[in-house]
Amino acid sequence: MTKNGTRITPEGRPDPGWDFKTSTSLRHGLDRVFLALVFAATLVGLVVLAVLLVDVVRDGLPWLSWSFITSFPSSTPTYAGIYPALLGSLWLLGLTTLFSVPLGIGAAVYLEEYAADNWLTRLIEVNISNLAGVPSIIYGLLGLGIFVNMLGPITGGPSILSGALTLSLLILPVIIIATREALRAIPDTVREGGYALGATRWEVIRSHLLPMAIPGALTGTILALSRAIGETAPLIVVGAATYLTFAPDGPRSQYSALPIQIYYWVSQPQEEFNVGLAAAGIVVLIALLILTNSFAIWLRNRYQRRS
Amino acid sequence: MTVEAKRGARSGEWRQESRARHFRERTIKVVLTGCAYASVLTTFGIVFVLIFETIDFFRQVSIVEFLTATRWSASFADGDFGVMVLVYGTLLTTLIAISVALPVGLLAAVFLSEYASIRLRRWLKPALEILAGVPTIVYGFFALTFVTPLLQSTIFPNLQIFNALSAGLVMGVMIIPTVASVSEDSIYAVPRSLREGAYALGATKREVATRVVVPAALSGIVASFILGISRAVGETMIVAVAAGQLAQFGGPFESVQTMTAYIVQVASGDTARGTLTYSTIFAVGTTLFLMTLILNIISYWFVRRFRETYE
Repeated sequence: MTKNGTRITPEGRPDPGWDFKTSTSLRHGLDRVFLALVFAATLVGLVVLAVLLVDVVRDGLPWLSWSFITSFPSSTPTYAGIYPALLGSLWLLGLTTLFSVPLGIGAAVYLEEYAADNWLTRLIEVNISNLAGVPSIIYGLLGLGIFVNMLGPITGGPSILSGALTLSLLILPVIIIATREALRAIPDTVREGGYALGATRWEVIRSHLLPMAIPGALTGTILALSRAIGETAPLIVVGAATYLTFAPDGPRSQYSALPIQIYYWVSQPQEEFNVGLAAAGIVVLIALLILTNSFAIWLRNRYQRRS
Repeated sequence: MTVEAKRGARSGEWRQESRARHFRERTIKVVLTGCAYASVLTTFGIVFVLIFETIDFFRQVSIVEFLTATRWSASFADGDFGVMVLVYGTLLTTLIAISVALPVGLLAAVFLSEYASIRLRRWLKPALEILAGVPTIVYGFFALTFVTPLLQSTIFPNLQIFNALSAGLVMGVMIIPTVASVSEDSIYAVPRSLREGAYALGATKREVATRVVVPAALSGIVASFILGISRAVGETMIVAVAAGQLAQFGGPFESVQTMTAYIVQVASGDTARGTLTYSTIFAVGTTLFLMTLILNIISYWFVRRFRETYE
């Protein structure tokens, strides 16, 4: 691309850097170097991930035992366990699913199937994508101000309920975005076929659109939920306890969670805690994440075969 | 409607049934609309909580001191409230992180879209995404108990236990997939004809990638960079665990405190509602929220303003 004798870039600016190199062997040599560079860049992340996993397992394995899973935290490292934190994480997972999934799917169905194309709808859309970029600790401050303090008499203050509500709001944008994409992928002929048979809007949604959207929506939703399990910062802010000697017994109970327990151990000065026990806790957390993600894959395959 | 009407006419109660269906449809629509507005309520909630407590904070501390003082010791009764110390900590760790994540993420994106076969790409992309799914507390543990000792015993013997460098480096690795996947989307969207035109002029594969494809995808790449920066600014657990809790203008080998780490430090302890310390975390939170909001807006604007359109 030339103009008046000077080379220009695709954007139309003069490009002083483009000097045609006559040596093709040099250019092809640089090509090989460049390929090595981009390949190495792709591997950097994967290598770090592998090193991280090996390091965690190596540090944590000696501390892992059945009694680690079933014991309460203790100031004596060999007796310390993760039971209340594990139970707390399962409670959080259950309640967060209960709150966020219906809300998220409902919002996605509204935006995709009902909403008129006007400024209000666009406002909601911009708002959702903006919420997805808000740091998780800010959600913690929201939870602290609203759920823990303002609604304290209902939620029980720094309770499982407050924690789960905070996490639900945190992952809501992800669930909405995933469900909307799944709904958008369904061809309009399905909707029109349903209407032609006399079905109402909701009947079409319930009998056709939701079942068809489930595989896609489910994957995004479970990824979001596994993000919720691993979140630490917002739970610290809404007052998850770091040292709990009783198991949570209800939504209004005080609680700990796996990442919180790990954070507490990492912050201790003794190596038994900040390396050994913390790593063992991380192994349990990662095992839980792998479990939920495999569940997602299994569910998706099951639904995909059916439809 | 015809099927319904015929069936209804036979049973002689189609009018009622139709009313019931209408009622159900309307109720469902109202419920679903409510779900969609929950997200708007969330935003209102965030803004309300932040403003409410921040006003309380500025009743006790002047905004000039907050923005210009050069010391931060908010845990003491008559402490100093120079938020710039915390902003400095955030910017330092962010700078280290993006000096890893931006080049590596961009190069990985070039490999994935220009060099990798479809089969390889299908394996590599989800594998890279795992990096973004690892809980950040795990990265914090890794930075503190693996990266810092490793750096101490090899290249930086005078590295402190808590330091900005390890935290920043590990945070950079965490952000690689964010930068890579957003960049890759925009690189992938560059039309084939541009590449083929350059090949026809005798350019090699590298020349096509670096001088045609990357410039053409620049708006998306810049957006991915800004998104990565915004992630780094808001990241909490890695810096809280590995960079320490010392609010000072320290170098990369020393401990610094970020805005997020300060909030965690205060929240880990018992702080009664209504105290100055309690409103301080909201004032810091507001500063953090504004910074990430501005970054997100710039990124959004950049994509729209500088998008190259190919018809």
